[in-house]
Amino acid sequence: MSDALPVEVTTPTPLLELRGISKEFPGVKALDDVSFAVYPGEVHMLLGENGAGKSSLMKVLCGAYRADAGEFYYKGDKVAISSTADAQKLGIAVIFQEFSLVPHLDIAQNIFLGREPGGRIPGTIDRRKILTDAKRVLDAIGFDIDPSTTVDKLGVAQQQMVEIAKAISQNARILVMDEPTAALSDRETELLFALIARLKADGVSIVYISHRMAEVFALGDRITVLRDGRRIDGVKPADVTPDQLVRMMVGRNVDMTYPRSFADKPGELLLEVKGLSAATGISDINIEVRRGEIVGLCGLVGSGRSEVARAIFGADPVTSGEIIFDGKAISGEPDLAARRGIALIPESRKSEGLALLRSVSDNLVVSALRKLFPSGLFDSRSAQRTSDALIRQLRIATPSARQTVGLLSGGNQQKVVIGKWLAAGSKLFIFDEPTRGIDIGAKSEIFALIDRLVAEGAAALMISSEQIEICHVCDRAYVMREGRIAGHLARNELTEENIVRLGIHHA
Amino acid sequence: MTDITKDAMMPPRSFLSQDAIQVFYRLLAALLICAVLAVLSDSFLSLGNILNVLRQASLTFFIASGLTLVVLTAGLDLSVGANVALSACIAGTVIHKTGSPALGILTGLACGGLVGLLNGIMVTALRIPSFIATYGMLWVLNGLTYWYMAGETLHGFPAGFRQIGSGYLFGLPIPVYLLLVFLGIGTFFAQRTVWGQEIYAIGANPIAARLSGIPVARRLLLVYAVSGTMAGLASIIFLSRLNSAEADIGESLTLPAIAAVLIGGTSLFGGVGTVFGTFIGALILTLVLNGMNLLSVSANWQPLVTGIIVILAVWLDMKTRRRAQ
Repeated sequence: MSDALPVEVTTPTPLLELRGISKEFPGVKALDDVSFAVYPGEVHMLLGENGAGKSSLMKVLCGAYRADAGEFYYKGDKVAISSTADAQKLGIAVIFQEFSLVPHLDIAQNIFLGREPGGRIPGTIDRRKILTDAKRVLDAIGFDIDPSTTVDKLGVAQQQMVEIAKAISQNARILVMDEPTAALSDRETELLFALIARLKADGVSIVYISHRMAEVFALGDRITVLRDGRRIDGVKPADVTPDQLVRMMVGRNVDMTYPRSFADKPGELLLEVKGLSAATGISDINIEVRRGEIVGLCGLVGSGRSEVARAIFGADPVTSGEIIFDGKAISGEPDLAARRGIALIPESRKSEGLALLRSVSDNLVVSALRKLFPSGLFDSRSAQRTSDALIRQLRIATPSARQTVGLLSGGNQQKVVIGKWLAAGSKLFIFDEPTRGIDIGAKSEIFALIDRLVAEGAAALMISSEQIEICHVCDRAYVMREGRIAGHLARNELTEENIVRLGIHHA
Repeated sequence: MTDITKDAMMPPRSFLSQDAIQVFYRLLAALLICAVLAVLSDSFLSLGNILNVLRQASLTFFIASGLTLVVLTAGLDLSVGANVALSACIAGTVIHKTGSPALGILTGLACGGLVGLLNGIMVTALRIPSFIATYGMLWVLNGLTYWYMAGETLHGFPAGFRQIGSGYLFGLPIPVYLLLVFLGIGTFFAQRTVWGQEIYAIGANPIAARLSGIPVARRLLLVYAVSGTMAGLASIIFLSRLNSAEADIGESLTLPAIAAVLIGGTSLFGGVGTVFGTFIGALILTLVLNGMNLLSVSANWQPLVTGIIVILAVWLDMKTRRRAQ
């Protein structure tokens, strides 16, 4: 058994320590003898690719999973965490990516959900006390908002604040955050970082899961790297470089610069958007995309990027303006756009891109049915052959084309979504956050694929919140702000700084 | 090892398609019921009884087969029974007035199909949930039929027309031939046509289906129209078999049809199920009721037994069917 402690032995007693934690699921060892310690008032970064065991470890921490083996120590005393109630008693709270707030209730009701202070008459709730208590908690984390605002009126960042307030109101001493900045704008991220600093000063420990290198070095006091369910190393940010961390996560060398063979001169005009407006909040959008180009579409979350993508694809009705594709105007439902050669790879793969319960093959041919079977008669063997070819071409890791697509990893699922448009023979690929929730190895594969597509005469319009990806990959980019195109950046102007400058409103 | 390679090492989980496995279980269940009934009752295995079971199952199947397509898209058509009643009464009137069974049959099918199309328009253009749209349609159709019939009964149709429901060909009831034909057509449509594949895709995830370029609204229109047309077909068989039509003949048809679909393994959540499964579902339902008759169990128990079978079948489905997250 491993009694080995994480790196430091000279520091004070950890607030919480896990020793030799293992957790097995049928066929997968999710956690294998993992030890992990959190000290008071530190930000402990948890790093690893998807499937490395971060989520499992988090769920063991908060009592959602019961560890098969291993021990827990709280301030040096042995404790048991076998239920979420146990974890709550120890002051462990988790801020998941998907929030657990009730949208129709207000902030105060959400913070005290299930623990409402009783009123004078039994069975009633003391509304005034809830509001004042909520205000106090919100003040404590520096969130200035009326606690009687209903949660469905709040943005993602504000909802996150409410989640944190809820945790703090439950006397959380250890806050576990799962990629908290994934859906935040830069400004919101800054506010979150300020809050984290404040919580640290109050002695709250934070376990922070992230895929973003910059955050790891900006915030972390200590870094634990997981790979394939095992703890690879525990280090301090000062002692490592980003490249070293990536190597630890991946277990091999990964080229962090994305492959891109820029064309000498762009091809013919493929997509021309003129003065496009839609009820979803975008107005007067003008965009051009040529064959052989990857054009970025950046801006803050909520600036209208996805809405532009959906309007071009016909998924949302257009109120005015014109979309000219391949020389002809286009307007109508997505089936028309798809038939003409436009592909949308939507942001939420699972809910909008795939039929999770259906097979890899079913998902791969769904957009190409009419192209593959012009007679209208479906032949499953022919569909299977097409799928097998795509699986080989895209190197989709699946035991067979019949595997249920929901069982694949994020990276492979994304390849299936792209694959269905390859089968359909699309000419313009609109990617909405193509690398979200995908590990580094799969990311560079996806970019290599996009590069190959445009080299063969297709074109891509790529939305990404990862500005570094836009800068590395795109020929040029449009930056959006509040539903409009705020500016255009040519290849030589394409820097993170310029994107941010254009994307932020200067009052 | 990255998670990409890990996926490739997972055992393949579906050498046989899940649908095939579910149908296989159901065939076993039907055979088991047959075996039990053969032991318990001497008359069960008689040719006359078996043909009777098939004929009864065929009526349920006609309605349930169209309904299966609707349920595959995660919808529901509660108006099928009321549609059968209205179509039967209108078709019956046309036969009486014109003396032409062919014209009557066409009118019945057209009436059923038109009702289905209206359901489809409510679901697609007006975006009313199918459960509510077809529930409202049920009342509207009932109202129309009662008003139209005004308590009258249509009775007595030409002998040739009555052959459809009660005639025999080479020793088999004609509805059984129709059953086989529509079982074949339904299975072919669902499994072997592009439209069928698109219907499965819509049921599995309507948003993803739309964003994959499937014309979702047009396919839904088709599916509801087919369901209505099959109700129209059932109305003809009914009319011809009973040799009469009244306003209330549809009231006992909808729930058994839904039961056959569910027992047959089609998920109310859409995307999963087969027309063949629905056939076996109709068969199991009929077998059980037939067995209870043969064993002289009071007919009062039949709804209770049907309910238990539906719950059991769906529960077993959920247990055996793995759920991908």
